[in-house]
Amino acid sequence: MSVATARRRLALTRFANSFRHDQSGMTGVVILAIFIATAILAPILIPDAALDVTKADGGRFEGPSLSYPLGTDESGRSVLLLLAWGTRISLTVGIAATIISMVLGTAFGIAAGHFRGVGSHALVGVTDWFLVIPFLPLAIVLATVLGPSTTNLIIVIGITSWAGTARLIRAQTLSIEGRPYLERSKALGAGNWYQMSRHVLPNVFPLVLANTTLTVAIVILSETTLSFLGLGDPQAPSWGALLDRAFSSGAVSRGAWWYVLPPGICVVLVVLAFTLVGRAMERIVDPRRAS
Amino acid sequence: MTLLQFRDLWVDYSSSAGNVPAVRGVTLDVAAGETLGIAGESGCGKTTLASAVLRLLPENAQVRGEVLLDGVDTLTMKWGRLRAVRWSQAAIVFQGALHALNPVQRIGDQIAEPIRLHQTVPDKQIGARVGELLTQVGLPASRAKSYPHQLSGGQRQRVMIAMALACKPALIIADEPTTALDVMVQAQVLDLLTGLVRDLGTGPDRGMGMILISHDLGVLGTTCDRIAVMYAGQIIESGPALEIFDNPKHPYTRALAAAFPRIGDPAARYAPTGLPGDPPYPGDLPTGCAFHPRCPIAAPACKLGAPALIEVAPHRTAACYKVDQ
Amino acid sequence: MLRAFVTLAFVIIFNFFLFRMLPGDPIGLYARGRNQDPEQLVELRRALNKPLLEQFLTYLRNPFDSTIDSTRFSRPVWEMIGERVWPTLLLLGTAILLASLIGIWVGIRAGWKPGGRFDRMSTGTTLILYSMPEFWLGMMLLIVFSVGVFGIPGMFPVGGIASPGADTSSPMGWLNVLWHLVLPCTTLVLIYLADYALVMRASLIDERKQEYLTLARAKGLRDTSVRKRHAVPNALLPTVTLIFLSLGFVVTGAITVETVFSWPGLGLLTYEALRGPDIPLLQAIFLMFSIAVIAANLLAELLYVIFDPRVRS
Ligand SMILES: Nc1ncnc2c1ncn2[C@@H]1O[C@H](COP(=O)(O)OP(=O)(O)OP(=O)(O)O)[C@@H](O)[C@H]1O
Ligand code: SF4
Ligand SMILES: [Mg+2]
Repeated sequence: MSVATARRRLALTRFANSFRHDQSGMTGVVILAIFIATAILAPILIPDAALDVTKADGGRFEGPSLSYPLGTDESGRSVLLLLAWGTRISLTVGIAATIISMVLGTAFGIAAGHFRGVGSHALVGVTDWFLVIPFLPLAIVLATVLGPSTTNLIIVIGITSWAGTARLIRAQTLSIEGRPYLERSKALGAGNWYQMSRHVLPNVFPLVLANTTLTVAIVILSETTLSFLGLGDPQAPSWGALLDRAFSSGAVSRGAWWYVLPPGICVVLVVLAFTLVGRAMERIVDPRRAS
Repeated sequence: MTLLQFRDLWVDYSSSAGNVPAVRGVTLDVAAGETLGIAGESGCGKTTLASAVLRLLPENAQVRGEVLLDGVDTLTMKWGRLRAVRWSQAAIVFQGALHALNPVQRIGDQIAEPIRLHQTVPDKQIGARVGELLTQVGLPASRAKSYPHQLSGGQRQRVMIAMALACKPALIIADEPTTALDVMVQAQVLDLLTGLVRDLGTGPDRGMGMILISHDLGVLGTTCDRIAVMYAGQIIESGPALEIFDNPKHPYTRALAAAFPRIGDPAARYAPTGLPGDPPYPGDLPTGCAFHPRCPIAAPACKLGAPALIEVAPHRTAACYKVDQ
Repeated sequence: MLRAFVTLAFVIIFNFFLFRMLPGDPIGLYARGRNQDPEQLVELRRALNKPLLEQFLTYLRNPFDSTIDSTRFSRPVWEMIGERVWPTLLLLGTAILLASLIGIWVGIRAGWKPGGRFDRMSTGTTLILYSMPEFWLGMMLLIVFSVGVFGIPGMFPVGGIASPGADTSSPMGWLNVLWHLVLPCTTLVLIYLADYALVMRASLIDERKQEYLTLARAKGLRDTSVRKRHAVPNALLPTVTLIFLSLGFVVTGAITVETVFSWPGLGLLTYEALRGPDIPLLQAIFLMFSIAVIAANLLAELLYVIFDPRVRS
């Protein structure tokens, strides 16, 4: 066991070293660090009153000024503070939904690659179905039925975005299944659970990690879209919900660019950062696939 | 005049793991009409050497030295001149026809492509010429309409040969033309290739020259005029084919000759030498004579200095301290 | 072919059960937020109290039943969908066509010399576009080019498919529609082309490693001919297939961008149904989008059969 731990630690060190030399990957890490710090510090930095419509003291749709660096929204609150608070919600939803998606995807993928026969066909069938069905209509239907809330949003995104991961993990599992040590373990009578958790999972894990990072990017985009369509919790304004409110309150026709531009820039930066980190990880973990 | 001359050719690949010297100072001649065999284990630089002739090396390769084709250095030629020389003066039969043929083009079009490009026959006769070439390699002319996947491995390799002959080049470079095939077909395709190269030569002293690359010293011994043996990017022995095969001087050649008693023995394909150890990785070569870790007769001096390639008998060279002159 | 039908069957089953199996009162959901004719509610409740299997069979007999009414617009849902299909086809058709032409061109230039100047610039740009919510891009374009800020005059209409009262059957009317099409179409083109360019680039980079390109060079072909005659035709097929396979992603863009530009197509209809929520309409729209995507998948397979000799025989 300690040998395996040591080997893993070595692999980790080697990974960290390669990553440090990847310029675009490191750019992503820096951007993410800034956003994560904002998300964590938001409750400390932002007074409650700043988000309360009844206590807002700014004018309606005021342009950027010294006291409101990014102007105000339709009820006179500071867009900058709303944005900082939105970071917390968007990242939370993004990461929570990704965890659901990764757990589902990895479980389906490993199981579909490990078992043979009808069970495997059924799993592949379900995965394919989720791959084919258009994401947004499906998510809209699910979210409508469940009702608008942050938890439901997380569940809906998790359920609709695991299939790509499952397919990737299944392919990887299939290639691992043929390796000698797994054959040996099978011959020694190891149970399915044991094989999957002790042999397959540790081997697909690096790939899962790289894929997770890429998934967060897509999930945050999905969250923005669904919130924009009003399917999130109106009390918890993520960046998408912010854009929804800007849109419905007529910020566009008033030319209130300070209200529309910043949430979008934040989404772009975070999604781009996750994508850059994910691609860099993929280049290191699986140089063949990355292009 | 000598058809092809390598003059102190060096090829390095730069990779993320560092510099890989794949060819290290090769000097070698091919006379017009002569068939030269190049033997050596996987990774010793045969393909790299062959690709340097028409400057077809990958982008990460750096080349030094000269490759004189008909007396002109192809490494410094202008692009336009080089394109004109490609295929019309020297053509290549690739290692694996399955990947070397375009999967979505009919083979007739692929054979016709260099003919049209170099205008070796008038446009109107290209179709007939393609048919003639296919017939020469033993395929019906109607096969021109087929796609590569519709042919067997042996047939595809025949198509490659027909394609190489298309512009009647002075030199054919055949890089392991039969490795992907099974043994029976290997012999047939090889016979076809050597036969055509002899018959289609354009004169008694200016016939078609050929470089035939193989792992298999036995095959080369029976089909070539001369053989050069490569190890770790260098020529370590050369001379008339039968002499090399029957009376090898260098310990590495001796091991190779012993490993291929029969032509194209498949069992010997991947454990060919019966030597201890693996071929060296060019990025990490031993000091002194590159062969010393595996050499049965290595002396302490072999670790220190690298033996030069010297004449050890008339028309024969070898690079080994233990070979008497 | 069989797979497509199985997928479709599951969409229909899913569509039926989803709204009945979930906790809560389906009638409440149906009638949420609006005044429903009480008699109609009683009728609905009676229908829903029948055995599940019987309901399912009724639904199966005709999921496109012309008597299913929208709860919000009180009109048959399929009639409404029929009307709204055309604007969506116009918008998406134009956007996909332009985006694939530009995207493929960019992908070829970038993928043929990976790491080169053009590649670094275009890949940077496409990654940024890829990270953008398409409706946000639409809103920004609206602010800049339609409302007008920073002294840029607002040149384009704020939304809709034509000015009120414009006769869309006359050439002047077409121009009017075209004028309305510019901004939503630009938005979608920018978003889609990022995806297509990335796919084409990756596909061509894969192709570059193939040995038959070395053979083509050895024959004496120019670099451009090697690219045009061998590399691009081979890289194009997987790209075009992926364009068809990505219709699901295209649909996402259509829903939000049509909403932002009040483009009266299926996307805007989805948004309107969502605000109800108008469950029968949503169900029908979901079924309709799924059918479109499944059909596109089939088409992609068909393309391979037609254009790839390896699959054909
Ligand atoms: N593009 C490249 N980048 C880095 N190293 C390379 C590249 N191509 C070849 N090499 C290395 O150079 C050495 C020589 O390769 P080459 O293909 O010339 O060998 P070979 O003798 O033809 O082998 P084989 O019999 O397997 O075909 C090998 O060790 C190979 O790993
Ligand atoms: S020089 Fe020494 S090591 Fe090299 S081949 Fe000759 S005897 Fe062996
Ligand atoms: Mg080779």
